[in-house]
Amino acid sequence: MADFALNPEMVDKVTPRLVKGNSTYKSVTDDVSRIVETKTPREWWIAFSLSVAVALMMVGMLAYLVAFGIGTWGNNSPVGWAWDITNFVWWIGIGHAGTLISAILFLFRQKWRTSINRAAEAMTLFAVAAAAQYPLFHTGRPWRAIYWLFPVPNTDLNMWQNYRSPLEWDVFAVSTYGTVSLLFWYVGLIPDLATLRDRASGVRAYIYGIFSLGWRGAARHWRHYEMAYMILAGLSTPLVLSVHTIVSFDFAVSILPGWHTTIFPPYFVAGAIFSGFAMVITLMTVARWALKLEHLITIKHLENMCKVILATGMIVGYAYGTEFFIAWYSGNPYELFTFVNRAFGPYWWAYWSMISCNVLVPQIFWFKKCRTSVPIMFIASIFINIGMWFERFVIIATSLHRDYLPGSWGYFKPTMVDICTFIGTMGLFMTLFLLFIRFLPVIAISEVKGVLAQEDQVAKHGHGAHH
Amino acid sequence: MSQQQIHGVAAAFNSPEALLHAAKEVRKQGFSKVEAYTPFPIHGIDDVLGIPPSRLGYFVIVGGLTGTTLALLLQWWTGAGDPNSIPAWTALVPYPLVIGGKPLFAFEPSIPITFELTVLLSAFTTVFGMIGLNKLPRFYHPVFNFKNSPRITDDQFVLVIENTDPKFDAHEATRLFQNLHADAVEMIEE
Repeated sequence: MADFALNPEMVDKVTPRLVKGNSTYKSVTDDVSRIVETKTPREWWIAFSLSVAVALMMVGMLAYLVAFGIGTWGNNSPVGWAWDITNFVWWIGIGHAGTLISAILFLFRQKWRTSINRAAEAMTLFAVAAAAQYPLFHTGRPWRAIYWLFPVPNTDLNMWQNYRSPLEWDVFAVSTYGTVSLLFWYVGLIPDLATLRDRASGVRAYIYGIFSLGWRGAARHWRHYEMAYMILAGLSTPLVLSVHTIVSFDFAVSILPGWHTTIFPPYFVAGAIFSGFAMVITLMTVARWALKLEHLITIKHLENMCKVILATGMIVGYAYGTEFFIAWYSGNPYELFTFVNRAFGPYWWAYWSMISCNVLVPQIFWFKKCRTSVPIMFIASIFINIGMWFERFVIIATSLHRDYLPGSWGYFKPTMVDICTFIGTMGLFMTLFLLFIRFLPVIAISEVKGVLAQEDQVAKHGHGAHH
Repeated sequence: MSQQQIHGVAAAFNSPEALLHAAKEVRKQGFSKVEAYTPFPIHGIDDVLGIPPSRLGYFVIVGGLTGTTLALLLQWWTGAGDPNSIPAWTALVPYPLVIGGKPLFAFEPSIPITFELTVLLSAFTTVFGMIGLNKLPRFYHPVFNFKNSPRITDDQFVLVIENTDPKFDAHEATRLFQNLHADAVEMIEE
């Protein structure tokens, strides 16, 4: 009788394995733990010193800002909000991919998330840290900001926050988001820290031991652990959607033409995921090569992310079109003027950079060749990062720079302090990310083993045997 | 070694299937105080060992509703509360501000912060509830005395028959594990 069983290579062609190269439980542990256990490579020191130097530039710029005032940024009437909020929204948006991967893809049981979720969640935390600098330092006196932003009884203001303001909603949204992301990340880390503890000796064993809380992998513990993980995913899913929704309220709740639109919440959320996945690709294509993790972060993972970029890029493009259509269809001359001014006014170059990077570039991902080529997707992801920065800049600067009264029109130009602070936040982000890959497991070891166990089952018994 | 001094008998297996098979056999022999230690959650082990579902969700509901209540109270009281509602020694007073002619308190603009605080307190309850229900942190546990225990977080699947089991007999348990082709069997100290 003919043998109809599928051989592993045939299965691999249809649904590529997510853990490649004859991996075993042991080899997964070794491959991921090795990164933090080997002697610090020289390349890491070079990258780290460079990042710290850039981050110190940010510290210097912020000190300068505190000493001399917000006027050292280019913000001035009529553009009272400029690079500060542009960069804030850009960084927060980048963080969203991490939560999407860790929470939403978990609820949808997308197993390909397991190799990339740890690094993506770390990226979320560091992006939020970079973003937080802007609202904090825009207060001018960050050490007193706790009284102004949070309901802490004080004699500084002698009054409470205005809870009817979207800016105050934003304080709660972003701080909740940062906290919950940290908790989610830490819970995921506990079993892997125990793995590192069991392999380490001396001081390292103590440190990993303390942070792993004495985790011992008991079945009774895993039961609560899995429940906690699922609840956190369930909580993070609406949370991540709410965060960029509330960020968009900063604009949409105002009555400024170009900002006052109901499309903003879904449009911002799609844009956030779009830019976040681009940043994950930028980081992971480099990291998987530098850390030799190509068999764990496979082309299949990268290809899936390219597909998400294509889909969210189309949503963003559709939103650009809808905005324009509504500006015309509403019959509101101010609204129409703002949009025509965006595309053909003095900031035309920013608008068309945005369109090229966010709408045209992702179209290459219709082709499998581009979705599976690491250099192509790396370059495309850089363009998308730039495009999404321009999107926020276009929304903010072009809506503000020409208001109802032509006499008060202006043109925003960033100062050196603006530029150096922004570059500095990238240094902060990279510093934190490099520390993360040096001291913590970049891949969720226990989760990858779970996927490996399932894939081994499939390979052994064929598809459908266990349904 | 007397029976009092030992925590139980531990056996290491090399695959989740072997662990599940062994756990079924052990349960069939009538042992009830059995714990499994694994590098990742093994599906089906809960049923075999008779572990009930987690109660964590109930704690989280309470935590979440506390967040909802606190958020609404905060927003209502600070903006529209009665100045005499809180004892004077706390020095806390509400401060009503009319901004843009909006009502001092309304549900609609209160939704974002209420939602965020609900999520925040739910998440705290989830994480600390999980840690509490698991009685962590606990840095010493007898299972760490098992010579294969460092491999629990690596590639081995360990089953322990504990001495609290009414049927517990160290020698019988050891023999049973050996018959199940365990990779290593050991009586572990308390």
